[in-house]
Amino acid sequence: MKINDVILRTITKAIVFIILTLGVYLFFAGHHAPGGGFIGGLVLASAIVLLYLAYDIETVHKGMPFDFKKVAALGVLLATGTAIGSLFFDVPFLTQTYEYVNVPVFGKMGFSTVTIFEAGVALTVVGVVVTIILSISEDE
Amino acid sequence: MSNIIVLPLIVPVITAILLVFLRQNIMIQRILSLCTLGFVIFISVVLLLEVQQQGVMRIDFSGWIPPFGILFVADSFAVLLVFVANIVAAICVVYAFFTIGEHYEKMYFYPFVLLMVAGVNGSFLTGDIFNLFVCFEVMLLASYALISLGGGKVQLREALKYVLINIVASWIFLVALAFLYGTIGTLNMAHISLRVMEAGADPLITTVGLVFLIVFSLKAGLLLFFWLPGSYRVPPTAIAALFAALLTKVGIYALVRTFTLLFTTNSEVTHTTLGIMAGLTILAGCMGALAGRDVRTIASYNILIGVGFIVAGLAIGTESALQGVTYYLMHDMVVKAMLFLAVGMMIYVTGETLIDNMSGLIRNYPFFGWLFFIMMCSIAGIPPLSGFLGKVLIGQGAIEGGNFVLLGLGFLSSLIVLYSLLRIFLSSFFGETILSIEDEKPLPKRIVLPLTLLSICTIALGIGAESMAPYVKDAAETLHTPSIYIDAVLNGEKWQGEVNK
Repeated sequence: MKINDVILRTITKAIVFIILTLGVYLFFAGHHAPGGGFIGGLVLASAIVLLYLAYDIETVHKGMPFDFKKVAALGVLLATGTAIGSLFFDVPFLTQTYEYVNVPVFGKMGFSTVTIFEAGVALTVVGVVVTIILSISEDE
Repeated sequence: MSNIIVLPLIVPVITAILLVFLRQNIMIQRILSLCTLGFVIFISVVLLLEVQQQGVMRIDFSGWIPPFGILFVADSFAVLLVFVANIVAAICVVYAFFTIGEHYEKMYFYPFVLLMVAGVNGSFLTGDIFNLFVCFEVMLLASYALISLGGGKVQLREALKYVLINIVASWIFLVALAFLYGTIGTLNMAHISLRVMEAGADPLITTVGLVFLIVFSLKAGLLLFFWLPGSYRVPPTAIAALFAALLTKVGIYALVRTFTLLFTTNSEVTHTTLGIMAGLTILAGCMGALAGRDVRTIASYNILIGVGFIVAGLAIGTESALQGVTYYLMHDMVVKAMLFLAVGMMIYVTGETLIDNMSGLIRNYPFFGWLFFIMMCSIAGIPPLSGFLGKVLIGQGAIEGGNFVLLGLGFLSSLIVLYSLLRIFLSSFFGETILSIEDEKPLPKRIVLPLTLLSICTIALGIGAESMAPYVKDAAETLHTPSIYIDAVLNGEKWQGEVNK
């Protein structure tokens, strides 16, 4: 018997965007408030997992043709890359820096290399969580 | 500030990640992993020379001054171990090139090996005990993957045991860290040492020390070794040799650091316990090695005898004993890799695992046979090979310290090691040859090459002991006098005030 999942699918279409927005918000909030790459990454991953639940793996893969193991690897590469970048500026390992820039529309904004590091963390979390869920679901 | 200290950790990690993207291209994977290990060996030589000039070096991550930030500390002891560990890892990787098979190489074998090596290097170099936990986990996660790669039935059963034991051990580690932070209020190793000295022989701190003892004994295979002989016999030879050479040694390193630097105030309790555990490990290892008929079992129990012997040196704790510990740790990494490679090759050429079913191998493979002979002499501690000096120095320390029971046990164990390996040698290498020329499986030179390289290492370590002596002396001095380490980390006088207060 095929389960009727019309309600789940309809709600998912709307909810996924809310979850993704929350994920991105948490990611950026993490600079000064609770949040950050790890939590943001978990929330982003939960959106993808919800898509897998509502639709099937093939459909989602058509939309997102990534190898999530490589997403995780890319994340680690970004994070370790910013860490090792400090070696080239002759400052202690893992040193991060920030700068305030005047952006035309938004005004004065702070940019920091920590954000790149956190993006690496977020990508790693997304990659690892989705890989775990996929490898559990694939072996039946 | 010396960023070079962090390279042995970060370079293998980054290469490992790059190799994930090059999964299909085995040749590049091989070249890159060998280059990385070679680079780390080079860095450790540079570090070793720098440490002799500048004394103990440190790097504070992102400039946070200790005890507030995380840091890596390079003293001679840690750097010597990094040096030898990476040489052995490189040789095991060369062996893997020719034997491990494409299936493994495409299932991220090289990335996992590099991550494990990164964890090992990180554990040796870190100066923060929570960071030690993290580096342990990096190493263990990679080893979980390596031990279960391939996935035969027996292999998965043993892998499951290995993973469970280590997860429980890691949990106890975390609990011990929480206790430590609760009582002392710091995680920086030098700072812990300072605060412990301040508190004196406090029973609470001793208890925390004993919890750490349990954790590291589980990892090192000291007395709590029930998981080890089973787990180390299932993975392919190259992986088993890596495990035998590196993993237990990291546990021993942690024990040495903990009981020379951190918990030194109540040595009647801690060091006596260590001594008893070491003695029992030697006894149990000897019994296992004598009783075994399977070459892999005999090899696994030989690891335990080595562990017991090194920890006996730690329990004795005089400066010459600690020199012996340093020598013997380096020697043990080399010869245990040799032992496991040799045993793996015996199984490869005969297809048998029991010593009774092999015979006369030296007639078929004379060169391999004599390499086995060199290894046997080296493990037993026959001069001029590398095992000799470590044994002599630990023995000398035992006489100075009056630990005659450990002295007796240690030297008795040498005889039993020699006997157990001689039994393999007599029954499998000597005697009537069973394999006829036609049945003889070819043993190409490239497969024997890693074993030859390791033999050169053990001979070089034995004959070149004199040139290693200044580094080893410096290592033992730093271990024996914690204030050198503490001064280097906490900038000397600034912290003297806190002790006097």
